[in-house]
Amino acid sequence: MSPVGHDEAVGDVTLDEICVVALAEAFRGDGEILCNPMGPVPVIAGRLARATFEPDLMLTDTIAYAIEGNLPLGGDPSNATVEAYMPFRSIFDQVWSGKRHVVMGAPQIDRHGNQNFAAIGDDYSHPKVQLLGMRGAPGNLINHVTTYWIPTQARSFVESVDVVSGPGYDAIARLPEPSRRFHEIRRVVTDLGTYDFETENRTMRVRSLHPGVTLEQAQEASAFELAVTDDVPESRLPSAEELQLIREVFDPSGVRKAEFR
Amino acid sequence: MADKRMTEDEVVAELESGMTIGIGGWGSRRKPMSLVRAILRSDLTDLHVVSYGGPDVGVLTAAGKCRKVTYGFVSLDSIPLEPHFRSVRQGGLLPEFMELDEGAFYLGLLAAAHRVPFYPTRAGLGSSMLAHNPELRTVVSPYDDGEELVAIPAFEMDAVLIHMNRADRKGNGQFLGPDLYFDDLFAMAGNRTYLSAEQIVPTENFLQEGSVHTLRIARTHVDGVVEAPMGAHFTECPPDYGRDEAFQKEYAATARDPELWAQFRTDWLELESHEAYRTKLDERRSQ
Repeated sequence: MSPVGHDEAVGDVTLDEICVVALAEAFRGDGEILCNPMGPVPVIAGRLARATFEPDLMLTDTIAYAIEGNLPLGGDPSNATVEAYMPFRSIFDQVWSGKRHVVMGAPQIDRHGNQNFAAIGDDYSHPKVQLLGMRGAPGNLINHVTTYWIPTQARSFVESVDVVSGPGYDAIARLPEPSRRFHEIRRVVTDLGTYDFETENRTMRVRSLHPGVTLEQAQEASAFELAVTDDVPESRLPSAEELQLIREVFDPSGVRKAEFR
Repeated sequence: MADKRMTEDEVVAELESGMTIGIGGWGSRRKPMSLVRAILRSDLTDLHVVSYGGPDVGVLTAAGKCRKVTYGFVSLDSIPLEPHFRSVRQGGLLPEFMELDEGAFYLGLLAAAHRVPFYPTRAGLGSSMLAHNPELRTVVSPYDDGEELVAIPAFEMDAVLIHMNRADRKGNGQFLGPDLYFDDLFAMAGNRTYLSAEQIVPTENFLQEGSVHTLRIARTHVDGVVEAPMGAHFTECPPDYGRDEAFQKEYAATARDPELWAQFRTDWLELESHEAYRTKLDERRSQ
């Protein structure tokens, strides 16, 4: 249903590239923090943001080092300049310090931003489908900024999640003030558009739609009603420099396209 | 000075059914697999395993050795969810489990290592972690802020198994890869800690291969040392070896079919010794 397929370019730009730029935009203004994206499209986005408009971000080689420079996806980090040692223990310390922005997936997400990548089914002791489990979501959400990347919106935007691994705004609102002060879901980026929670009651709002996607199509691919405030703009297109970086530097073999199935 | 060298089977002989056993490493990285296989071929049962889970949790739960697992995740890294663990969970075959935020899990280890009852964290507030684990409690800060926090209980462990790149016969351990993970905390937290290593070397040789910063396991926390070359196979143990992805894929594929799994156990996991495993691995590689 998405009119911007990766074979069907808008001009010369493909959907995966629009999504990379939309995710990169989530880091705008972050400054000197650890940018910690998970998965190919988010990793390219983080590296792109640092290479262009957000130069102070720190990024890891996805193993144990924070590195300088423009490492390609899956590239050998051994020749990269290491600027800090970040084994898993330091990553957790970084989470609790708050100087981090994570991008995670969300097989299920609801209007309040409650995310589930733990399991599908009503009975947690006997799930229908075991997914990743809680992983770091509970700690991430309550300590620092989070963005979600969802390559197939129609499957993921649900009326209610089976498990809350990453708490949304309603769950957080039930906590006393000191517990909720670091929670922020910055952005949700999907194959159809970008979303935020910048509404009075903190429910998911359409922030932009990818070229060729209508509001009706975005709504049809959601089990809950999307909030719409003003005229919804079109997601911005990558610049020539961004396209060059995505295609030639960060992901020359096109690994990013495999996420769109 | 005590010589703490022992064999895998001697380690397992010191374990008992019903025990809580911590296993070091992370996902499919530097797991003490020769010790895990020794448990698998023993008659130990009813275990409570505490782990940043990988194939250790996969094989022990799929073989029905566990009453309970406490974990931050169970993953093969290049395969995000451990497929044997998936089958066990989806089959409702694991009687008890405590699934924690993976950072919160670190605090359970830290509390046990420091012998305090808990460490506080915000992780878990607002998520299903508390609802799924009714035994978890919260504490209120005794200071003026009055913040309510989750109290992650100390992981009391009867025995702990970790794998290092190098060790000496006294029980000092050295990691040479990029990440220690939480093995120092596991070692401190265990009532008894057993360390397997790729190689046992004279103490004075440690600094030939790594800086002092790699000497992170002190012998005060180690009760037994097992020399196990390829002891972490098929998980990675850099710089000695990377993950055997082909082998891991074969292992993962056996989760689909009980017959394949039984065959894999016979062929690889229940061989009589680590030596036999290594010999078979050499044969496989020369084919």
